[in-house]
Amino acid sequence: MKRIHYSLLEGRVGYYAALAILGAIAGAGLLAAWYMEHYGHVVTGMTNQIVWGMPHVFAVFLIVAASGVLNVASIGTVFERRPYKPLGRLSALMAVAVLAGGLMVLVLDLGRPDRLIVAMTKYNFKSIFAWNIYLYNGFFAVVLLYLYTQMSSKFHVRSYYKAAGTLAFVWRLILTTGTGSIFGWLVARQGYDLAIYAPMFIALSFSFGLALFLLVTIALYRSVERPLGHGLVNRMGRLLGVFVLAAFYFVAVAHLTNLYAAEHQGVERFILFGGNIYTFLFWAGFVLVGTIIPFALVFSRSARTSYKPVVIASLLTVIGGMSLIYVIIIGGQAYPLVLFPGKEISSSFFDGVINPYAPSFPEIVLGVAGFATAILITVFATRVLPLMPVSLADEDVDPHLVQKSGEVVEMKKAA
Amino acid sequence: MSGETPETPVDEARREFLRNAATASVLTLAPGVTLMTAGVSEAQAKVDPGKRWGMLIDTTKCVSGCDKCVSACKAENGWQAEEGSPTDPQWIRKVDVKDPRTGFAMSLPVMCQHCANPPCVDVCPTGASMQRADGIVLVNRHICIGCRYCMMACPYKARSFAHEEVPENEKVPWAPRGQGCVESCTLCVHRVDVGGIPACAEACDKGAILFGDLNDSTSEISKRLAQFPAYQIRADLGCDPGVHYARLP
Repeated sequence: MKRIHYSLLEGRVGYYAALAILGAIAGAGLLAAWYMEHYGHVVTGMTNQIVWGMPHVFAVFLIVAASGVLNVASIGTVFERRPYKPLGRLSALMAVAVLAGGLMVLVLDLGRPDRLIVAMTKYNFKSIFAWNIYLYNGFFAVVLLYLYTQMSSKFHVRSYYKAAGTLAFVWRLILTTGTGSIFGWLVARQGYDLAIYAPMFIALSFSFGLALFLLVTIALYRSVERPLGHGLVNRMGRLLGVFVLAAFYFVAVAHLTNLYAAEHQGVERFILFGGNIYTFLFWAGFVLVGTIIPFALVFSRSARTSYKPVVIASLLTVIGGMSLIYVIIIGGQAYPLVLFPGKEISSSFFDGVINPYAPSFPEIVLGVAGFATAILITVFATRVLPLMPVSLADEDVDPHLVQKSGEVVEMKKAA
Repeated sequence: MSGETPETPVDEARREFLRNAATASVLTLAPGVTLMTAGVSEAQAKVDPGKRWGMLIDTTKCVSGCDKCVSACKAENGWQAEEGSPTDPQWIRKVDVKDPRTGFAMSLPVMCQHCANPPCVDVCPTGASMQRADGIVLVNRHICIGCRYCMMACPYKARSFAHEEVPENEKVPWAPRGQGCVESCTLCVHRVDVGGIPACAEACDKGAILFGDLNDSTSEISKRLAQFPAYQIRADLGCDPGVHYARLP
């Protein structure tokens, strides 16, 4: 294998234009958060029935994806897969950036974001939420340390990179377990209360994270016209296909488990066969757009010679993933609490009815700002730190990829 | 190009600035944090751990359409709920229950059930959702960050989120409320602590709400619970609510 050289992101107009656009979206998100904070959540679509709304859909997606983005680095470091090694730096940095984007959305949606210091100083250790505060902060520390061991010029620091990479990998598994358990441990609601949510969220993080990483990496390499091997993209694309299928497996088992128990059949009927927005997002969004089509695309013949199928598959995985998280978070609350099993109930507080939810514009802007912030940090970091290999051409990354893909196509170098 | 960066000399001025900034942050934040902690401990000190306050609601006496308990709670604790508003708080509500097969119907009030094993307390990241030693479950309004995880966790839909600013003229000193925080029935802790009973129990002229100490076998509520069958809502969840209902469907 050739020695991998890293360099800072080049470009001038394009770089600053990207920063300006992403910065504007992130700024709009801050404005939206200020608006919601100033007038209260009454200006959002959230209610006493749907207490977690669109910001949580975005935040949970990004937090879950963040740990998945790190997988690319882990596959290289922990599992010694050679083609993934050059991507370790970008993967680690982007994982931190995506988590920051997700946490920004989560924190800015709090009823009292000004009391963030309270969340940092007062802990209830029985709360999985409190554990997650440690897990998120620890993730930043562990992954940045891992990045340091990858990038340091000192040999003795670099010698710890495998240990740091393994720690980061274990940490990310625990972190996603924590995120899944936020819902898995909610005994009160029919849609949640499932131990399988923890491994399911880990599987989802694999597919969400790899999809996001592929989109950003391909966009970065294409925009500055650095070589990017089709063999490498194809290989990662096929891995995405496996992850998408693994995620689907866990989602299927979760629903089958609920369908088997008479107690939970009501909520399953509502989500899977209710003919509502959740039914549509589950079947059309997650199953068709987010699972079947990406799977077919990454294993298609054209994926061997073109980036397009992998890019589209990644995009669809993100759309399907967002759909599923929407179904889990909003759908799980739309179905009413069962106070008296088997009885019909009604009250002035919307007991016993399907709760409606219409996300408001500021909520969506705040959520999109989370994505923008994550990409903004990533792009900025590639400009100030040598994270991107100069070439990701197949022959530079792993000669085996050249044979596998059948042909090597390099991006045209700028004159 | 490689990842190497040239060694830079230590910037003493910057180091000094960071040190001062850190000291200033600690000095600014620490007193606030200490005050909050002190406030909670003081409230806890007045609580009698030997008691477990609870209620027995006789659903045979409770009448559908009557909401005297709800009105009393509103007046006592200073909350308002416009009809049909999905964002207004409801600390207590009347729930109509009907058996779809037999048509048997009943009405009962539902409020915070003051569980012995409250899921809202378990999930609260900051400990704002708390349980007093006498079983009363409260929200410490000083450290609630408004994450609403307790609302996700409560099996009884007992909690509300203050979606907008609470008008000053509605606020009462013994039930602090504020935009961006979660609130719920306090079992009228301000009355109970001076020997009184909750406003809802006092307002019910049908005598359907009995308040008392579940730990005291000589109390009226304990005697009645020993005499007649009573149930807890979703007892299967194991939260052991302090609110019991005689003749649940």
